[in-house]
Amino acid sequence: MLLTLLAVSLYPVLRTIWLAFRNTSLETQGDRFTGMSNVHRLQHDAVFWKAWRQTLEFTAVTTLAETLLGLVIALTLYKTFRGRGLIRAAVLVPWAIPTVVTSRMFGWLFDGQNGVVNYLLVHLHLVDHKVNFLGSTTLALPTLMLADVWKTTPFMALLLLAGLQTIPTSLIEAARIDGASTWQFFWQVRLPLLMPALLVAALLRALDAFRVFDLPYVLTGGGPASSTETMSTVAYKTLFSGLELGYGSTIATAMFVTEALIAGVFGLFILRRLRAEG
Amino acid sequence: MVALSVPARRRSASSGRRLVRRGGFVVLLALIVVWSLFPFVWQLISSFEPDRDLSRSTPKWLPVPDGTLQHYRNVFVAKHFGKFIVNSVIVDLSATAIALVFAGLAAYAIARLPLPGKGIVMSLVLAVSMFPQISIVTPLYQVLNQLHLLDTYRGLSGVYIGLALPLMVYVLWGHFRAIPIEIDEAAKIDGAGTLRTLWSVIIPVSLPGVVPAALLGFIASWNELLLALSFTTSPAHQTIPVGIANFTALYSIPWGDMAAASVVVTVPLVVLVLIFQKRIVEGVTAGSVKG
Repeated sequence: MLLTLLAVSLYPVLRTIWLAFRNTSLETQGDRFTGMSNVHRLQHDAVFWKAWRQTLEFTAVTTLAETLLGLVIALTLYKTFRGRGLIRAAVLVPWAIPTVVTSRMFGWLFDGQNGVVNYLLVHLHLVDHKVNFLGSTTLALPTLMLADVWKTTPFMALLLLAGLQTIPTSLIEAARIDGASTWQFFWQVRLPLLMPALLVAALLRALDAFRVFDLPYVLTGGGPASSTETMSTVAYKTLFSGLELGYGSTIATAMFVTEALIAGVFGLFILRRLRAEG
Repeated sequence: MVALSVPARRRSASSGRRLVRRGGFVVLLALIVVWSLFPFVWQLISSFEPDRDLSRSTPKWLPVPDGTLQHYRNVFVAKHFGKFIVNSVIVDLSATAIALVFAGLAAYAIARLPLPGKGIVMSLVLAVSMFPQISIVTPLYQVLNQLHLLDTYRGLSGVYIGLALPLMVYVLWGHFRAIPIEIDEAAKIDGAGTLRTLWSVIIPVSLPGVVPAALLGFIASWNELLLALSFTTSPAHQTIPVGIANFTALYSIPWGDMAAASVVVTVPLVVLVLIFQKRIVEGVTAGSVKG
């Protein structure tokens, strides 16, 4: 088991790091050690740094939005009411839909010509002419973010719902008898108790959002003008369109390092937080 | 007694406020449901509308009258979508089944057997699932190439087994840990070996955990694009996500056909989730309660 794991995951990662320092390419047939020249190239690669910033932006915005929205949904679905099972199932639907399909769906909803979103915006007089969401360098990335929030919030809500259910009901009753208002109860009892589950869920979400590939690949192909390029799409293009296995691996390694940093910083934060609370 | 009388008094004093609050709650629920379902419902409606209705300046809200099945015909006849579905079913089912066996054995071992360094193994399993897929894609490509497994069912299925393992081990581990050790001991006294105990006692008892583990693994591979795109090159072995990602036409985007294809590949999953909704919620819940 451990051996399989090492073979399937650890070996490829080490091998990628090894490739990162070579000029391996299927086009030029080169394959030798080139020291720091790939790293040097990376430092001056404008598209890479643009993708780097956009990926971090995407990760931060979607994780925050999904955590907040997931919390609202989890708190709502935690209550008992008639038809709760049905509504819980309905909320899970976006999560079950393949990301590729989500991409196509949002492509159609936000289509610049016949998209229903444009129709509604124009009719509610929110805009005076149709907006080309996915063709705009400023709006394409936010549209991708929205698609991601739609698709992934259910899972976040599910994890938070799980966290909520671990809070003993005796605490809820005690607070109610003490006359705590709903808000007080939320801020002083529920949220602190939910914090560990919330932070772990947010960490998982952030690490996943950081790898975003399907949405930009299908919806925009990284365009217009690289405005939706993410680290995964840049690495993929370099590897499979440019056939530069060496430099592509350099990008993948940079991504790996950034992700490890996010995990490390986030992890430390969670640990300190948990320690502080005892 | 005192505690009982307080809410009763409050109720009569603020019944109007309660009504407002209840109304607000219903509105919130409605918003959540519309937000969750509208994009898919819109796709469903669009899939039945003829192209001329799709390109009208005012959208047609319902595909009646003159709804059409033309888009579905296009998807299966002209675009050979059936082949992608068959490929996906073969690759994903085999990967899920095999991964489930491995994950079951591994999770049982970690949960029960007195092995040294179990904690480290479990954290390693979880850490591995955090790796960005793009950082393992090149070496896996080279390995599959050397083994002549590129563009084969076996190659992609093998990769998906690795992909599904960490999550499955984690979910199953949570469930196995929740089973009292006395059950194992009773089975042992009755003369059952470790594997026999796992198969006839532990697995039936932890079925609520096996179902979500299998579902999570299956959904993960059913939805996977990056690796499928990298390791398959011909429609003979490409899976559904690749088929949809490559779904373009020369001159205009075939929104109707695309909607039909989306519906076809999504409906099985939505049905699965609706059937197993309780199990999924319970499975994830149990896993995280103990984790």
